Amino acid sequence: MNIYKHEFKSYLKSVGIWSVSIFLIILIYLSAISSISADIQTLNEVLASFPEEFLIAFGMTDMDFSSILGMYGLAFLFCQICLAIQASNYGFSLVSIEERELTADFLLAKPIGRGKILTAKLLAAIASLTITNLVVWVSSFLVINMLNDGQPYETKSLILLLLSIVVFQMFFLAVGVLISLLMKRVRSVTPLSMALAFGMYVISAFGSMLGEDTIEVISPFKHFEPNFIIKNAAYDMPLALISVITILVAIPASYLLYSKRNIHTAV
Amino acid sequence: MSIIEANNLTKYYGKARGIVDVSFNVEEGEIFGFIGPNGAGKSTTIRLFCSLIYPTSGEAKIFGKDAIKHGPEIRQDIGYLPSEVFYYEGMKVLELLKYSASFYKKDCTERIYELSDLMELDLKRRIDDLSYGNKKKVGIVQGLLHRPRLLLLDEPTSGLDPLMQKKFYKLIREENKRGVTVFLSSHILGVVQKMCSRVAIIKEGSIVDIQDVRTLQRDNYKKIHVVADEIDEKGFDVPGVIKLEKENGAVNFFYKGDINLITKLISEKKISDVTIEAPTLEEIFIHYYE
Repeated sequence: MNIYKHEFKSYLKSVGIWSVSIFLIILIYLSAISSISADIQTLNEVLASFPEEFLIAFGMTDMDFSSILGMYGLAFLFCQICLAIQASNYGFSLVSIEERELTADFLLAKPIGRGKILTAKLLAAIASLTITNLVVWVSSFLVINMLNDGQPYETKSLILLLLSIVVFQMFFLAVGVLISLLMKRVRSVTPLSMALAFGMYVISAFGSMLGEDTIEVISPFKHFEPNFIIKNAAYDMPLALISVITILVAIPASYLLYSKRNIHTAV
Repeated sequence: MSIIEANNLTKYYGKARGIVDVSFNVEEGEIFGFIGPNGAGKSTTIRLFCSLIYPTSGEAKIFGKDAIKHGPEIRQDIGYLPSEVFYYEGMKVLELLKYSASFYKKDCTERIYELSDLMELDLKRRIDDLSYGNKKKVGIVQGLLHRPRLLLLDEPTSGLDPLMQKKFYKLIREENKRGVTVFLSSHILGVVQKMCSRVAIIKEGSIVDIQDVRTLQRDNYKKIHVVADEIDEKGFDVPGVIKLEKENGAVNFFYKGDINLITKLISEKKISDVTIEAPTLEEIFIHYYE
């Protein structure tokens, strides 16, 4: 419990920054799109003038600008990118920060097993990600209802979309931890988390464009594609399961690697 | 019961040598010295005792229990002071010490204040504002606050001023009188000489000798210094004499053997002064590293 508290405290500032940013993204994107889409005719003309590759890259091919959820899908995609970076950050630094800042000697010489340390750290990271998750829920409902002028919309799709965040975050957290433990030393977290988050996004966005259908199945951006969920009011189950399975493999593997890890000194 | 048992401990970092086939026992209530130059494997050995790293082969037992299998339980009673100290930068000293104390089953609050007072450590300052010496003091308090039964000290006084070093060693002696076993690694022989009952010498990852400090000095070479106006150093070139050298009308050498033979030899010459003394550990050990 003491480690959990210590860890959780260290996340507070970062959670605050990410939460505010994500709220602003939802607010700004959604109000911008909805003000443009007031004139659907013009919007469609604008979209048609873009090259198709561009539309694919930004997830704007199947967009339905006639409903608020159709517009929300695009805002949610940007949300997902932020959530992916945040979760990867926490994942990559979860264990590696102690080794980089050389505090591992302090923590691991305490009378507590490695497994318990990892559990406390994971729980603190998950709690922090959950706060951000809740902020996405509240901001989404708030902004949608604010802009929708009381018109009805498909609540089920929205809830399914928001529920996917848990798995989405866990994917990047777990994969981040696993990769950091496979590396001998993590010198800097940001490049790694950027690479993982944007890498997955690019795989999902450009996979179909390159005609490489197979590679995009590894990306959670594909597993939980907003447009698909909104259109069908359902998950693409086989794909969503890939995310779940990855998490279920990465976490026990991380425990195993951590319990056997050698902690090196400053040099 | 042996407090520490190292049985054929071997650690390789990939292909790089850490330690090879290290075996020794440390008994309860001892201050055991562990001496060797930088890179000889002192820290590796201590880190194996704390399960910060895992042995390639061999095993370490602390309090009679396997250091890996019973790691958390054993570490309740270990105080570890690493050679390089690093703590969570954003924390205040008191916060860190309380965090450290929260891992142990007893209430350490009183001891925190007692030790910080003794080491003149300001509890209100932030860790990242501290000088290296002050961080080391945090390390000392952090390692002792839970009244451990075994202290693992890795170059404990590097960075401390002489006055603080003195206080620190006094503190360690007091702990030892209460029955605490101390494992003290250092490359400074003088420290080990003053503090320890036994000493292990490590060189390039292997133990070259384990000796009782007093017998080591008693049964070893005597350091002899003879001053005379006219003296031929060749007169002292008898069996048992090594490092014979002449400088400024004096002859210096080390002698091991029957002391009567050498005093007789000296008395035959016309000399103005003579000193016979026990050599320092430094002088005894220097040949291990040549």
